[in-house]
Amino acid sequence: MTRTRLAAVTAAMLAVVLAGCSGGSDGSTSSEEENSTSAGPVTLTYWTWAPNMDKIAEVWNAANPDIQVTVNKQAGGDDAAAKFLTAAKAGNPPDLVQAEYQMLPSFVAAEAVADLTEEAASLKGEFSDGLWNLVTLGTDSVYGIPQDSGPMMLYYRKDLFDKYGIEVPKTWEEYAEAARTVRKKDPKVYLGTFSSKDPGSFAGLAQQAGGQWWSISGDAWKVNINDAATTKVAEYWGGLVKEGVIDDQPYFTPEWNKALNDGTLLTWPSAVWAPGTLSTNAPDGKGKWAVAPLPQWNEGENYSGFWGGSSTAVAAKSPHKAAAVKFATWLNTDPEALKLLVEEAAVYPAATKGSEALTEAPEYFENQPDFWKQASEVAATARGFTFGPNVNVAYDAFKNAFDKAVQEKSSFTEALNSVQEAAVADMRNSGFQLAQ
Amino acid sequence: MNTTAPRKPDGGRPAGRQRRGRGGAHRVSAAPYLFLTPAVVLFTLFTAVPVGYTVYLSLRKIKVSGLGLGKGSRQEVFVGLDNYVAAIGDAELWAGWLRVLGYGTLVLVVMLGLALLFALLLDSAHVRLARFSRIAIFLPYAVPGVVATLLWGFLYLPSLSPITKVIEIDLLGSGTVVFSMANVAIWGGVGFNMLVLYTTLRAVPRSYYEAARIDGASELQIALRIKIPILTPAIILTTVFSIIATIQVFTEPTALRPLTNTISSTWSPLMKVYRDAFVTGDLYSAAATSIVIAGVSLILSFGFLRVVRNRAFGEG
Repeated sequence: MTRTRLAAVTAAMLAVVLAGCSGGSDGSTSSEEENSTSAGPVTLTYWTWAPNMDKIAEVWNAANPDIQVTVNKQAGGDDAAAKFLTAAKAGNPPDLVQAEYQMLPSFVAAEAVADLTEEAASLKGEFSDGLWNLVTLGTDSVYGIPQDSGPMMLYYRKDLFDKYGIEVPKTWEEYAEAARTVRKKDPKVYLGTFSSKDPGSFAGLAQQAGGQWWSISGDAWKVNINDAATTKVAEYWGGLVKEGVIDDQPYFTPEWNKALNDGTLLTWPSAVWAPGTLSTNAPDGKGKWAVAPLPQWNEGENYSGFWGGSSTAVAAKSPHKAAAVKFATWLNTDPEALKLLVEEAAVYPAATKGSEALTEAPEYFENQPDFWKQASEVAATARGFTFGPNVNVAYDAFKNAFDKAVQEKSSFTEALNSVQEAAVADMRNSGFQLAQ
Repeated sequence: MNTTAPRKPDGGRPAGRQRRGRGGAHRVSAAPYLFLTPAVVLFTLFTAVPVGYTVYLSLRKIKVSGLGLGKGSRQEVFVGLDNYVAAIGDAELWAGWLRVLGYGTLVLVVMLGLALLFALLLDSAHVRLARFSRIAIFLPYAVPGVVATLLWGFLYLPSLSPITKVIEIDLLGSGTVVFSMANVAIWGGVGFNMLVLYTTLRAVPRSYYEAARIDGASELQIALRIKIPILTPAIILTTVFSIIATIQVFTEPTALRPLTNTISSTWSPLMKVYRDAFVTGDLYSAAATSIVIAGVSLILSFGFLRVVRNRAFGEG
């Protein structure tokens, strides 16, 4: 009798504890099901790190009482991607997520984002082919709606260029020559820095040179991170670092901020979103920085690459796919929303008609009224490439390999080869079909 | 038949008594189990199940087919000990262990040495401002690890650092970064360990020292001959805690990493686990590496205990 009582008590306790564990999720799934079937308002959660996105969502919410969007502010970058993948794995992702182009293939491969072909294929005409390719991954499916893009330009300290008597470099050769000149004139000043912590920036420079890191051929992936174009870029920067004519400290550190701010760093090859970074990280440089197209590999060429940029994707597990696509479509293609994206979120819209909203130069660049004209000219020359399903692995390998190469002043080509090896090994290990 | 019948009452009586006795024992032995239930349930839910799930994950892997895009192209499959073989065969993990060994030795020796020194000084008869010093030494322990690392990190950065203005040294260079990191851990850890040792010392009856003084012992002799032997169990305890903490080093290198290019994403074994699980998205090999780390951690702490057991507890 005591034994049965003991068993009963144990069972009851277990039942209580287990019920406590599972109660929450049970409740939420049933309410979500109700939402999707009943006519009541749908509530969508949206993970994004673009500033003021909550204000833009408010405009939508006021006009669409049936579809209410709640913005959940995220930290950007790799952490945001990891968090979304983890949430998707755990089964409670947000309905909408800001997905950087290079992370989208990982999201697709992990089956974390929904295929939006049915709802969004008609939007193709709103975007340039290059950008549209980034959300289709070169397939017939659509995995996200492009939001912003980051064509790269050369940001430089106009006042100090004048002071040191340097012309804005038109080719990378001239850039190297200018780097040497600067060191001669003032040994405390660098023309630029190579950041081993920003594979995204390096990818943009590789795109400019014509690199194609991943591509799909038939039913197999082709990985070519150390192709001739990219090797050329790696050798170029490796040479400059070894020679000591450019700095080797990573971007986005307090050290780098200080250099941007106090005029000991004269250029930053960066994307169209750089004014935001400059105005917060280098407030003293306001009105002193200017923008020009990236230096070219061959005289007379006119190419750029993309650094960053993101799309709006819908989680595969979202019960409100149609509503989510509706909001994402409005956000990224409606003229009113594009205007808000430019003014509130300070992004460079991916939609072609977004350039209409870009009239006034960013405050930081008030000395350059044609800022957006320059930007849209550069954007037209930017070439991208397909990102593979394990960009995260390649980028992590990039950071470790180039950190080491910078530290030991060793060969950047070797570092690049090790990134290629790491990416291929990872894909082979996972079982991806690889083309030879 | 005939012979069994008369035996029955004889044999039945002791059997009946036994049964009753056993029944009584049941009633007595049920209570301990009942008392144990909360602990067992909590242990099961919060330790055994998660560990079990980690072990389960560590035996599996995602297998991709074709391009890996689209539905059904990824499958979770059972791979046996493959992940363990990969984890143990990974040179980067062992390089990480070596780095942590160097770092850990540095931290353990300096941190516990300082903690012992401070505890003895604070406990000595001639100390002034004991209260203030105690709090001042303990205070860094209350600073969260990330904050402490960033605080020191800014002091290490060449263009911001007041230190590098006085002496020309790159505190985040490949040769120096381990010392800079150890410094953060020591700064944060000395106070706690000192407090453990100091509290033990305060529990020692003062009469021991009086007796020693009457016998002509100096303060130094009292410290070496009486206090340190009394402290041995506490020193061992703090050492075991510190060994476990240094094996798990993660906060300092992770928080310093964005400031320098000398720390890789796999600098310590635990950083590799984080990298695998959340950066490269391979939960399965991260699970296997976690189990390996737990194993090494257990071996090191119990190994240390075994080595010193006789000294610490054998006499007691």
